[in-house]
Amino acid sequence: MNEVLLILGMFLVTFSVRYVLFGVAGKVRFPPWLTTGLSFVPPAVLTAIIVPAVLLPRGELWLRADNPWLLAGVFAALVSFWRRDLLTTIVAGMLCFMLLRFGFGF
Amino acid sequence: MNCNVMNQDNASVKRREMLDGAKATIPLIIGAIPFGIIFGTLAGPSGLSALGAIAMSVFVYAGSAQFIALGLLAAGAAVPVIIATTFVVNLRHILYAANLVPKVGHLSHRWRVMMAFGLTDETFAAVSNRFLLQDNTEHAHWFYLGSWLAMYGNWVLCTALGIALGELFPDMTDWGLDFAMSVTFIGMVVPYLKSKPMWGAVIVSGAIAMATIGMPHKLGLMVAALCGISTGLSMHLLLKRQSVSETAHE
Repeated sequence: MNEVLLILGMFLVTFSVRYVLFGVAGKVRFPPWLTTGLSFVPPAVLTAIIVPAVLLPRGELWLRADNPWLLAGVFAALVSFWRRDLLTTIVAGMLCFMLLRFGFGF
Repeated sequence: MNCNVMNQDNASVKRREMLDGAKATIPLIIGAIPFGIIFGTLAGPSGLSALGAIAMSVFVYAGSAQFIALGLLAAGAAVPVIIATTFVVNLRHILYAANLVPKVGHLSHRWRVMMAFGLTDETFAAVSNRFLLQDNTEHAHWFYLGSWLAMYGNWVLCTALGIALGELFPDMTDWGLDFAMSVTFIGMVVPYLKSKPMWGAVIVSGAIAMATIGMPHKLGLMVAALCGISTGLSMHLLLKRQSVSETAHE
């Protein structure tokens, strides 16, 4: 029962947030500064998720050269700058991570 | 006859758009596979039933919020707290929607409900070139549908697979497959980094995310993002003013 409430609640808030602008589509116009501001949203939000995830993968700060999340994350960023290709980045980053973690036992 | 030909052409355009949409989503699906599997494996140990995990992927369909919900469930958080956190974590979707809505005014309400339900980081990343950089967006919603169906089907399937694997290999949660989410997001952020304001936004956002790590209910995420966005926007406006005044002096 609790799970039903949890999932129903999560569905309602998630869908509402996603739907509200689609519901009024075309009837709201954004000023140029807002449109520019919005272009910064995805990189800003995603970075705010990534940085703690690679620096605190186990819930505590792990700022050392034996943190595979951090090393593979930096490696993936370098690959991404070099190739600008999402699939290459994901595959290279995951391979690097697996190698560090299971090959070298980090 | 003429009308028939046109309908056929139309149908093939739609089919091609859907296929292209699914294809554009393939790299993101590959990133989401371990992400969905690890969600499924973590559900049981966090206190969510197998049916609950599937239902969450089917109805909520929001990867990072689902992960955070598991973390909160494991920590014994109350249902209203988890729902409020979901709201905060998913607020970013309003901003994705804002980028897309100028292109959907001609669509029926049903289409817009579908697009809203299917709006994820991944589908936004996959469709944004199609919607924002190409001129002819009359049939782009079929592209979106293709992306959504591929992403959604994969997410639900991987959740189920993860539940099964979690029962087979109980120590899988230690493998660190959560890195799949980070690496996917890294690959999505880097292409944005082409201007000083973008760099400013990302650096400030990352730094504030670390500084606010202790804030309750993952609120630091929203604070960090807002600081990053304000930095980027301020830098953009300052640089623009500078270049305008330089042109005026010439």
